[in-house]
Amino acid sequence: MTAHLAAGLGLKPQHFDAAVLAQPGGLWFELHPENYMVAGGPRLGWLEAIRARHPVSLHGVSLSLASDGEPDAAHLQRLAALTRRLEPALVSEHLAWSAWNGQHFPDLLPFPRTTEALHRIAANIERTQAALGRTIAIENPSHYLRFDGHEWDEIDFLSELARRTGCTLLLDINNVHVSARNLGYSADSWLDSFPAALVTEIHLAGHTCDPTLGEALLIDSHDSPVAPEVWRLYSSFIERAGARPTLIERDGNVPDFSELMADRAQADEELHRIATPVEALP
Amino acid sequence: MTSALGQFQAGFAKALFAPQDTDDRAIRRLQAQPAFAVYRNTVMKGCIDALESNFPAVAKLVGSEWFRAAAAVHVAAHPPRDGRLMHCSHAFADFLAHFEPAAELDYLPGVARLDALWCEAHAAADAGLLEAALLVRCEPDRLARLVLVPHPAAHWAWFAGQPVFTIWQRNRVPSGIDAGELAWHGEGALITRPGDTVAWRRIDEAGCAFLDACDAGHPLAEAAERAVLVNPDVDLSGLLEGLLRAGAFSRSLQPAAESTS
Repeated sequence: MTAHLAAGLGLKPQHFDAAVLAQPGGLWFELHPENYMVAGGPRLGWLEAIRARHPVSLHGVSLSLASDGEPDAAHLQRLAALTRRLEPALVSEHLAWSAWNGQHFPDLLPFPRTTEALHRIAANIERTQAALGRTIAIENPSHYLRFDGHEWDEIDFLSELARRTGCTLLLDINNVHVSARNLGYSADSWLDSFPAALVTEIHLAGHTCDPTLGEALLIDSHDSPVAPEVWRLYSSFIERAGARPTLIERDGNVPDFSELMADRAQADEELHRIATPVEALP
Repeated sequence: MTSALGQFQAGFAKALFAPQDTDDRAIRRLQAQPAFAVYRNTVMKGCIDALESNFPAVAKLVGSEWFRAAAAVHVAAHPPRDGRLMHCSHAFADFLAHFEPAAELDYLPGVARLDALWCEAHAAADAGLLEAALLVRCEPDRLARLVLVPHPAAHWAWFAGQPVFTIWQRNRVPSGIDAGELAWHGEGALITRPGDTVAWRRIDEAGCAFLDACDAGHPLAEAAERAVLVNPDVDLSGLLEGLLRAGAFSRSLQPAAESTS
């Protein structure tokens, strides 16, 4: 099933009722599958109600594709079950790790981009896609640390993963802005060389300055509105690449649903301004 | 044997919680960057936020600041073993039972246990409820041999000598209810999910013994005997009626249980 996806919103439990009733064309909702990997109960009922009215996207945060090990089999099974149940328009994960040796770290942790890591991650993506019976999109995370050990440029690394596995890319433009500022490169040139044809989804979110280091360290906090600079990068990217399903993420200081819908409307206007939105990939 | 990626992950994971123990040079260089704290803070915050939302009664009792400090000690010693953070509750309840600064609050582990049981009830498997009408139709001797199966969302606990249910309930709801004097005696709690909404009610020790027996697969007659052992004056039909109304039993195994007669 393909759905017409324009601008979407991250689904927050406190907004369930309003989300079910929301009307705008092209609206879709993204959720973290981990929060719905339960045996039963009201949580799944809420989700089915949303799914009955809107397309959804599953955006995983704990598959830990960049771990030096296979994805947890039980977790992958639960993800596959949820995917069958919801028939999501999009499924995505991160170029990061969050589990090691049975321990889980609720964050998207970095690693040196080596050829060894590339092999491992490509194998993990393939295993995931085989379990789900579909391709997934891989998101560029935010960066904070300078590594000595990178053998690969990030864009080359992502492109090579896509080439080897058939996965697509989820471009988080706030992460690009945050990483570029933290590591000292130009977000505009980075985005100019990003392989637009591989992008099946875009994320927009807010960030904050580090409480002690200020502007020198931006944090991908998702607790404020999308910054003007990120809107500018977004407009410029979709002018070049064309329209893509675009998500507004908000995880902290969550405002009323109507306020999030206003941010979402802004992305929708941008999409309408440049072109007719494309169909989501199946 | 270990790959470079695996070695890196082992070192990085250690540095998140025990930076002083880092011996890997590459990790030490990362750790020396002020930005390393972003990862440490995010991981900590994620774990602590999840615990605070899973343990609202405990957090309200001790205050957010104390709660988050205790949770930080717990998380550093026991990082989550499941990517679904809502499933990491019982380890924290156990931790509180042995947490020295909480020693004076001897009812706190009980309150934590009820918060954890609420989470379990909320996420438990779906199953139809056993209806009283089904039992009414049973012949008495057949009824005695019936095995009642607790509903997947039904959880109960008896707290000897402590009014844990009252303390928990007062701190579970937004504004304190019946904040009268606490009567210091044992209390039990039954948490269920009738109509797909988590509900709770007080239950006595005989009721808990009855449910324990059902859960262990004993027939109704045996469960009743165990309840009588705990309280010779127990009103058995009232007890059973109350449990059925609360949604304590599952309909699922009823035919199988009946067919054994």
